[in-house]
Amino acid sequence: MTFSGWATIFAFAIILSALAWPLGQYMAKVYTGQRVFLSPIFAGPERFIYRILRVDPESAQDWKQYAKSLVIFSLAGWLLLYLILRTQTLWDFTGLNPQHFKSGTWDLSFNTTSSFLTNTNWQFYSGETTLSYFSQMAGLTVQNWLSAGVGIVVAVALVRGIIGRSGKSIGNFWHDLVRTILYVLAPITVVGAIVLISQGVIQNFAGYLTAHTLTGATQSIAMGPTASQLAIKMLGTNGGGFFNVNSAHPFENPTAFTNLFEMLLVLIIPAALIFMYGRMTGNRRQGYAIYGVVMFMFLGACIVAYIAEAHGSPAQHAAGIHTGVISGSGGGNLEGKEQRFGIAGSAIFNVVTTVTSCGAVNSALESYTGIGGAVPFANLSASEVIFGGVGTGMYSILLYVLLAVFIGGLMVGRTPEWLGKKLEAKEIKLAGLAILITPLAALFCTAMGVATSAGTKSISEGAAPAGGGHAPQGFSETFYAYLSQANNNGSAFAGYTGYIQPNAGNAGAHGITFANLLGGFDMLVARYGPILFTLAVAGALAGKRFTPAGLGTMRTDNTTFSVLLIGVIILVGALTFFPALLLGPIVQGLTGHLY
Amino acid sequence: MRKQIVTSIIAIVFFTLLLGIVYPLVITGIGQVAFPGNSNGQKVYVNGKLVGSKSIGQSFRKPVIGKNGKPEEKEEEIVTEPDPRYFQSRPSATEGGEYNAAASTFSNRGPNSVKTKEADEENLKAFLELEKPYNPGLTAAKVPVDAVNTSASNLDPDISQANARIQAHRIAAVRSLPLATVDRLISNYTSERGLLVFGEPAVNVLELNLALDRLKAA
Repeated sequence: MTFSGWATIFAFAIILSALAWPLGQYMAKVYTGQRVFLSPIFAGPERFIYRILRVDPESAQDWKQYAKSLVIFSLAGWLLLYLILRTQTLWDFTGLNPQHFKSGTWDLSFNTTSSFLTNTNWQFYSGETTLSYFSQMAGLTVQNWLSAGVGIVVAVALVRGIIGRSGKSIGNFWHDLVRTILYVLAPITVVGAIVLISQGVIQNFAGYLTAHTLTGATQSIAMGPTASQLAIKMLGTNGGGFFNVNSAHPFENPTAFTNLFEMLLVLIIPAALIFMYGRMTGNRRQGYAIYGVVMFMFLGACIVAYIAEAHGSPAQHAAGIHTGVISGSGGGNLEGKEQRFGIAGSAIFNVVTTVTSCGAVNSALESYTGIGGAVPFANLSASEVIFGGVGTGMYSILLYVLLAVFIGGLMVGRTPEWLGKKLEAKEIKLAGLAILITPLAALFCTAMGVATSAGTKSISEGAAPAGGGHAPQGFSETFYAYLSQANNNGSAFAGYTGYIQPNAGNAGAHGITFANLLGGFDMLVARYGPILFTLAVAGALAGKRFTPAGLGTMRTDNTTFSVLLIGVIILVGALTFFPALLLGPIVQGLTGHLY
Repeated sequence: MRKQIVTSIIAIVFFTLLLGIVYPLVITGIGQVAFPGNSNGQKVYVNGKLVGSKSIGQSFRKPVIGKNGKPEEKEEEIVTEPDPRYFQSRPSATEGGEYNAAASTFSNRGPNSVKTKEADEENLKAFLELEKPYNPGLTAAKVPVDAVNTSASNLDPDISQANARIQAHRIAAVRSLPLATVDRLISNYTSERGLLVFGEPAVNVLELNLALDRLKAA
């Protein structure tokens, strides 16, 4: 461990908070229809888009209409993306397929389409060996924007439900979506993409380069429009790499500075949403309380991951490698990590992308130590409320707040009230269902994955012990795969595959239909299930009468409540997965035994 | 219902044009005008010939020439050895040979795996064999981790300063250069941490080796 490693963690937290606060205030204005400094630029285009879509942005929708718009729009997006992937070669006339990759298979395309629609960006495909530039741009980049937008509008709708004084309206889906794209995502994405190019991220349509190296060999180098996809991939907490190795690729994350910049892009909106919530509800203290809770858990995760990775792995120690700090080297478990990021820059990046639904990686999760690898597991197990994905994190933690208010109310024997609304059986049931769908999907799919012979085909050769049989690594891989897909995260213990190994080049290799379909199912259920229940909660709350807080009201903006909230998250979120975690990463972390 | 469907179809087509075609083209235009070098991958030319990208690591191994004067082959792959005249990159496990930048991949070596241990032992032995003759005091405890562990992308363009300083002894001996000259080049091609604390100092191997070659030519 080094001073700069520790400084990284805390400097990052401070920079993030300083940037997120003003953005939160700005977003509150955007979603309450106020003028902002970008209005002169975007007001015209905004009206133009409503005319094209033929919608009235002011027409109020109740939760069912809102949900209907969201689902039908998502379905249309699903069909178009599936079509693009299946007909990749049809678009060769655009010149955007210089490597002449073939069209995707039906099972893999099902998985990939579901993956990008749900903001998961789980990747059973490899970018630079299977997808044309056209598919990456017109297919995947578009859903990087839209799935992020859909996540954010659900959070906004829930906040509207909470503050609604009368009636059933929770806003208008199209109005929210267009404003999200224009006023929130577009400015940051465009600036972000240009900053990334200025630091060395590529952006071109050239065919792959052939270089003649100094020792006389040839090297083929993949190219492509990377920066435009990368910026929204991070900002929208999507996480699907342009290249197979995602943000570990030197063209996708060229320097220590871009590593920091990409981490900030990931967390800025989830963090800002919490401040936005405080402002929109008129209870900033509660916003700060929630921010404190998630920041506390975030820092905890960073610290554990950093210490574990700086310590090194059992395999390194058995091989006689010195993993301590020496002059000119930070030491640690550098297997599957890039020199320019180092241990801290890698460990924190992976915490950032696994607490959110981003799932981009800048280092190989599969090669993390048992405990270092258990951190992403724990982050996912907490259902991504530690900042969480854009929007999804906000609505998920609000559901937990609702649950905590209810439990707290029961404990002190008072009617649970939250921001002037009485909580009753209906909301608690809906919130409970929204919270439980994700773990159910994850555990069901993991069970299918390890208990069937079709499922175990996906486990990597490296994770199987030399003498045959099963090792904890194989279980970890499988569990992580379905946990990640259920949480719409998309990061992976990347040995787990949708192809029969070795998966040389992926294209045309023999796909594992089972894993592709199970994963696609996992992602769709765990995305749209919670969204629908969340909108239902919003609808139920919107219709409630407002009663001012009295003497008997339990406060939801102080330290006591913050501690209660942490307790509820750990109890409900993490304990659901504890038995499964024991079988995989914890076993690996507690033993020096090699398999 | 019908209105919702029509709106959704118009919306997805419109957004695909705006975000999937117009937006990437605009960014490409800006990138190609403002940062043409970066946008196209920081290509490095020597005498008009493309030798690689500054961002992407490459292998500095050379084919082993057998007794018949031809490259040796084993299991249909050309056997290679480190070229002692160059700084060596980190070990790489891409498919189809080291540093295949058309197919980046993780090695996915698990922390508790026998296979990881064996790969580590092999890399450690190879590093010591290559560098020990020039660094008599070199032991396993002094070998930095980046010299034996594969990177995430397996295309890492950099090595640690400690790794470079050990290899400098070999370079100085083989190229008959003063060690101070080699050490100076190392610091010239070391990128420092971002904003003082982020990341680790990293030595760009391709740039360093090119500078060595230029030194000889000058």
